[in-house]
Amino acid sequence: MWARAVWLGLRAPLGGRRGFTSKADPQGSGRVTADVIEHLERLALVDFGSREAVARLEKAIAFADRLHAVHTDGVEPMESVLEDRCLYLRSDNVVEGNCAEELLQNSHRVVEEYFVAPPGNISLPKLDEQEPFPHS
Amino acid sequence: MLGRTLREVSAALKQGQITPIELCQKCLSLIKKTKFLNAYITVTEEVALKQAEESEKRYKNGQSLGDLDGIPIAVKDNFSTSGIETTCASNMLKGYVPPYNATVVQKLLDQGALLMGKTNLDEFAMGALGSDTGGSTRNPAAHCGLVGVKPSYGLVSRHGLIPLVNSMDVPGILTRYVDDAAIVLGILAGHDPKDSTTVQDPVKPFMLPSLTDVSKLCIGIPKEYLVPELSSEVRSLWSNAADLFESEGAKVIDVSLPHTSYSIVCYHVLCTSEVASNMARFDGLEYGHRCEIDVSTEAMYAATRREGFNDVVRGRILSGNFFLLKENYENYFIKAQKVRRLIANDFMNVFNSGVDVLLTPTTLSEAVPYLEFIQEDNRTRSAQDDIFTQAVNMAGLPAVSIPVALSNQGLPIGLQFIGRAFCDQQLLTIAKWFEKQVQFPVTQLQELVDDCSSVLENEKLASISLKQ
Repeated sequence: MWARAVWLGLRAPLGGRRGFTSKADPQGSGRVTADVIEHLERLALVDFGSREAVARLEKAIAFADRLHAVHTDGVEPMESVLEDRCLYLRSDNVVEGNCAEELLQNSHRVVEEYFVAPPGNISLPKLDEQEPFPHS
Repeated sequence: MLGRTLREVSAALKQGQITPIELCQKCLSLIKKTKFLNAYITVTEEVALKQAEESEKRYKNGQSLGDLDGIPIAVKDNFSTSGIETTCASNMLKGYVPPYNATVVQKLLDQGALLMGKTNLDEFAMGALGSDTGGSTRNPAAHCGLVGVKPSYGLVSRHGLIPLVNSMDVPGILTRYVDDAAIVLGILAGHDPKDSTTVQDPVKPFMLPSLTDVSKLCIGIPKEYLVPELSSEVRSLWSNAADLFESEGAKVIDVSLPHTSYSIVCYHVLCTSEVASNMARFDGLEYGHRCEIDVSTEAMYAATRREGFNDVVRGRILSGNFFLLKENYENYFIKAQKVRRLIANDFMNVFNSGVDVLLTPTTLSEAVPYLEFIQEDNRTRSAQDDIFTQAVNMAGLPAVSIPVALSNQGLPIGLQFIGRAFCDQQLLTIAKWFEKQVQFPVTQLQELVDDCSSVLENEKLASISLKQ
């Protein structure tokens, strides 16, 4: 009979220790300080928008912290499952292009062949210069 | 006709029992009747009918392009389709019309398939059931009684698939039968010069042999997949399936994938990190949504992205950026990449020990009703529901979900087979044998639609369920 242990396990009544869905997760590690919030909002160019969003990040970090329980000494990071293969490089010949008009069509603001952006080099206002979570 | 296998429909088209236009119209009519399901974001009626006309001409002249000529298909709305709006179900891409077709879309159109429309998804494929990056072809397949195939990473081109996690994304195939999925896979697989992550091994369309003897097979049952949260119905179907293989002479053994419990956490870090990078392209300048603010580039980007992305997407971008911060990079991102290798190695060790395929559940239970589903937030849901499907994406392996039986509530339950890398044909061959043994009841489409229509009249949308 195959896999006696698993076979018995499959037929045993439900029970036993709780798994990953334990609701006793720590609420957060207090890592998401005002500085971190400001820094992330600037890097991501996406705002938190509410206290719930900050709480969600705290939980996400606490969740990610579980990784530290795994022993990875001497283990190389894996970037791609195809790491043992040679990356395909095609020959450096122009085979397509000349489609500027098609590409410009998808933009909201275009002048001749330019995508038009508002003026740059103007920083977003600092966090203490604006209301906290104006969009909650 | 709408419930037959691809080959049966194709044969019917060749013999003139039905024409591509008739088939197309039947399909469009069913789409209209089931509009309340909101399955389609865009229905491409005119395009489909025009393609059907051309297909009909080809059949008349005896020049059909192959098995897919005149066959209606639908494409998830995160694949670029030339001239047809592609939104990823996001405000960010509302109104975006790509100037090119994704490679897989082009391949299907080149075979004469009829594009019915673009189907709905969670915004940017970030739902628990939303991305074929963590199981979103297999999970819906299991819940809906369909065959869901996730090919080996590198077998099918991702060019034109709007990326979520570049190192895990794979186009997935949903069909009613394994043979149909094999036909489509045979067409889609192969090196694409436009996607350098596709392997260069030669590939040609394949017919699945009809296996009669499974006695030479070794089936592995990963013991870490027997979790307390698994519903008793799924557990018993899994157990019965293992017994079935054994009774037919296959070797069925207990195997271990020790890092299974870390796969969701690992995915969480890698996914959010890649997402933070992939979503950076949406700045409102070249395409997609753009806000009204014009004060500065940064202000415009920030407002555009706030308006364009929902909470889930924004949450993942922020998490990802956190893990990629200089002070966190080593401890989170690199750490997750190391754990990924351990997970991939687990599978490799098992397959190297003589196992041909792994047999596992696809989901913890049948589909959960909507009102219950929305009680938990997205990350918790993903953590729970993707437990059986996610590790496969980390390792880049092929996997397929096969519908097995209806639950006591009348909802479908599926089981998953996981194969060795690039042994997709072997995987589907075994799956096809299993499908034949299981004889999952064919969906009675007409009855289903009639049932749904009467429920709609009573305005009880939230509690639609399938009754046998």
